[in-house]
Parts: sequence; structure tokens; C-alpha cells
Amino acid sequence: MSVSPEQVRHIANLARIAMSDEEIERLVPELNAIIGWVEQLGEVNTDGIEPLTAVIDQKLRLREDQVTAGNIRGEVLANAPGAEHGFFAVPKVIE
Amino acid sequence: MSELTSKTIAELRDGIRRREFSAREVAEAYNSAVAAARRLNAYTLETPDDALAAAEAADSGKSTGPLAGIPLGIKDLFATKGVDTTAGSRILRDFKPPYESTVTANLRKAGAGMLGKLNMDEFAMGSSNETSAYGPVISPWRRKDGSNAALTPGGSSGGSAAAVAAGIAPGVTGTDTGGSIRQPAAFTGICGIKPTYGRCSRWGIVSFASSLDQAGPMAKTVRDCAIMLGAMTGFDPKDSTSLNQPVPDWEDGLSSDLKGKRVGIPREYRIDGVPDEINALWDLGLEWLKDAGAVPVEISLPHTKYALPTYYIIAPAEASSNLARYDGVRYGLRETPLNGSLDGMYCATRAAGFGAEVKRRIMIGTYVLSAGFYDAYFTKAQKVRALIKQDFAQAFNQCDVILTPTAPSAAFGIGEKMSDPLAMYLNDVFAVPASLAGLPAMSVPGGLDGQGLPLGLHLIGPELDEQGVFNAALAIEERAGFTARAEKWW
Repeated sequence: MSVSPEQVRHIANLARIAMSDEEIERLVPELNAIIGWVEQLGEVNTDGIEPLTAVIDQKLRLREDQVTAGNIRGEVLANAPGAEHGFFAVPKVIE
Repeated sequence: MSELTSKTIAELRDGIRRREFSAREVAEAYNSAVAAARRLNAYTLETPDDALAAAEAADSGKSTGPLAGIPLGIKDLFATKGVDTTAGSRILRDFKPPYESTVTANLRKAGAGMLGKLNMDEFAMGSSNETSAYGPVISPWRRKDGSNAALTPGGSSGGSAAAVAAGIAPGVTGTDTGGSIRQPAAFTGICGIKPTYGRCSRWGIVSFASSLDQAGPMAKTVRDCAIMLGAMTGFDPKDSTSLNQPVPDWEDGLSSDLKGKRVGIPREYRIDGVPDEINALWDLGLEWLKDAGAVPVEISLPHTKYALPTYYIIAPAEASSNLARYDGVRYGLRETPLNGSLDGMYCATRAAGFGAEVKRRIMIGTYVLSAGFYDAYFTKAQKVRALIKQDFAQAFNQCDVILTPTAPSAAFGIGEKMSDPLAMYLNDVFAVPASLAGLPAMSVPGGLDGQGLPLGLHLIGPELDEQGVFNAALAIEERAGFTARAEKWW
């Protein structure tokens, strides 16, 4: 499979990265080279193999449903590029 | 290098305990060495006061831990409370975490101080430190052809590796997703270990590919790595994949007597295009291990050639998901186009904040996870990953430790491989399989190539057997007699 400029534009939109036409043009052959290379996995017979999700076999732990942190609004907002009245501030979303 | 900055962590620790010199003298020697080595661009931020404070605590007897008064360099991927943590990215410029990563908190509990934050490839994506938004790290090593060409220290823990090699940190933290501790350790003639996945808590380490990311130490010697790793590891309820396993005293367990140990030599690691010098060192490494009492066994890891393509599906897929958090809302850079929408802000922020390699990997990851392609790429890669893990499990029925080269070349020049992403990815051909299988793996210096540049040997152990890896590495270290150091030019 190979990607077209339209597909690359679609992927960039899914990834929320603004890209110029020149960038898209440059990425098409780069992505195609990488995708073509990873497609060699098609040669491997994986019939009946379960996909690996946990590399070291262990069960996910459960914890007590208790509050362990909180009341740190100042810290949470300290690095925000925009914070107003104790909230994260973003450009207007509704008119 | 002053006398103190050429010492190992073990020597510094013992000297401070015996009061042969004070921790303050150590911190001051390192702080001045760091300030005098800015041409290397190894540190993105210097924190001399932090190192001094830990030294005072050690000298006054307030801290008595295993690393009391030892100043360390910290890769800029570890969140350090109130201290800039950039992950080598523009998008995190000025980010000051209100919390401390578990690994660095553990090191502080052990008495260590911080010399500064170390430069790295952006979000740990790179093998040459050239993708850093803060400029490449220059290796202290130079070829002996007189050209003085600037060489890469490897990556992504390039600042970490250069710092140890240049004597501007006795030990450092690194992280390894697909070779990012081991390849730079090999390029700079130092030791570095990636422990079993889950040994070091990932809490507070900026995420790249969560199923692969592991922290580990880098230092001059095997013993120093054992000391540091002991202080870094331990169960952490804040990381869902943290291993709830006792932490052995690896330093105490060090022994280079390998009598009865079987060393696996994987035939699939003899690949085309690897310089003869590297294969010759591999053969020599096996001779050293035999001399230590080990028995060689030829083994097969049949899916080796599929490890890199598997990695370059799984790692970008996880990265594209992890890096979705950089949206210009909660922290980091924000770019707001004039009269722009919220979506416009996301897109502009990420376009301005991420470098070319990070964008490339987010794009690949987004593609392989997108509707209609998920099973063909991502699920397929997870299945091949299962086969790679199975290969190692079978091999470890026949051997106790595996020996391979660390990297397929010595350090290359800055700019030499940046135009070809695939050629850059091939640097990790020997390192990536152990990452995919979550196994402990270490690089130890073996010798110099014809250009006078360091080459590393790579040891892979079964899961949780860091001790076996350390001991085989120690046997090599004792026999290789690697004492070469980069001649100071900076």
C-alpha cells in the first residue's frame, strides 16, 4: 500500500498538525518508504498467534477507591498557557 | 579532567565515606567541569546549587544513602520538580513540573544531587541527538584522522552519554525505548543498562512508547551501573506496569566467575554491511567470556529481521497516542492563529512545537492506527512482537545470557544520516529485539575501532536477571581493559 498526498493531508488532520503543501509533498515519499519497509511483516506467518499486549506477564492491579490527591488547582494550572478564574482558558468555541 | 572527575561512583562514594575528600569538593569539581564543557551542548540546564545542597547533606551526615553526595546528570525526560523539563522539545520549553519523577525521587532519597538536565533527541525519538530542539550534542570523541569532524554521541540519551564520557557527570540517567541507553553508551565508550521492563517506574518520565519505555543508568563501569540501578528501581503503585518484585543488591552480587554459564550467540545477528571490526570484537568478546568460564552455544532468534519494522509500527503508534496531550491547553507551547478556532489552535501549536522527526513518527503512528489499517499494521506488529518474545524464551532454555554487538557501527558524523530516516533507524538493529521482549540488556565497552572510536558489546538476559547481565558485562570489562578516554579539546 502507498499513501497519496490527499491521504497524508487526512492523516495530518487526524493528528492535528498544520502542514503546508510543500510539507505534505515532502512527507509522501518519506512515509511511503517507511510504510513499504514495515510491510515486510506480511511475510511472517502469525496464524493463531495472540497479539502481545503486556510484555512482562502481570495482572493489572486494582486499588482502593480512595482519594489520594487533590486540592492542587494552583499546581494543575501553573503551566497553562492560558488560565482564567481557576480554569484552563481556550479560544472561544461557541458564538 | 581533575582527579575527582575521573573517579567512578564507587570511588567517590567510598572516598566521601572515608572522608578522603568531601562531597562538597566533588560537587564543586563537577560543577566547574560542567561549566567548562558547554561546547559539547550536553546539558540543557545546569543546576549547580542542587548538587551542592546534596553534598552539604552528605558532609553534615544528614544523608547517608548509597549515593550520598554523588552528583548526577538527569536526562531531560525526567520530570524534576520546579526545574525545566523539556524532553528536548520546543513544545515543552519552560515547562516546570510541579512534581518529581519516581526515579529521580528515588535517587534523591539515596542521597544523590543533580548537576543539571541533559540534552536528548526530541521526545527520545532519534539515534544521534540531532532531533533535539536545543541543538545536537557533540561527542567528546574524535576520529584520529585529524579531521576534527563533529561526531554524534548517539541517541536518544546523547547528552547523558557525552556527559559521562567527558567527565562532566560520574553517572547519569538515561531512558531506552529501542536502544536509547545502549547505542549512545557504545558510541562513547561507557556502560549502560536497560533493566527488565517494569523495574524502573515510568511515573514522571515524559512518555514516548509506554509498552517499551524503560529508564536505566549510564556510568563509567559495570559496578557503577549496578549501584545506580539499585537506587533507581523498586515497586511504584503510581505506574500500572511497575513490577512488584524484590530489588536484589546487584552490586553485592557482582561476580565475573562465569563457570557453568552458557553464552548464546544468535546466528541471525551476523548481518550484511556490518564492519569486520565489529564482528571481530564480537568474537573477542566470546573469547573473554569463555576465559571467565562460560560455554558458548549457538542459538537462533528466527524473527530478528522483523524486529525493527515491528518496532517502527508499535513505537510510533504509541507515540501518536501519547503525544496527543500536547494541545496548547494545559501546559507547553500555545500558538493561536488570528481569529482561529480551537482546532486551529491545536494544529498551529503542534506544527510549531514538534520537530520533523516527531511529526514523522506521529504521522506514521496515526496512519497505522487509523480506521481500515489498524489490523493490517498494528495488530500484525503485536503478533510478530509475541513471536520475537517467544524466540528469546526458547533461546533462554539453551543459554543463560546472549552476547551480540551493541550497534552496527561506531559513532558517525553529525549530519551524515539525517537525510535518510531508514538508515538512522538501522542503528538500533541489535538493540530493538530486547526492547520488544522487555528483557534486561546492557552495553559495555569492548575496544576501539581503526579510527580510535569506542565499540560496545551487548549482553541480553532473561527477564529479571539483571545480575546475570551485570556479571557477564563485568567479565568483559575486566578482560577488555578499556581505559581509553576522549582527549580533552572542549
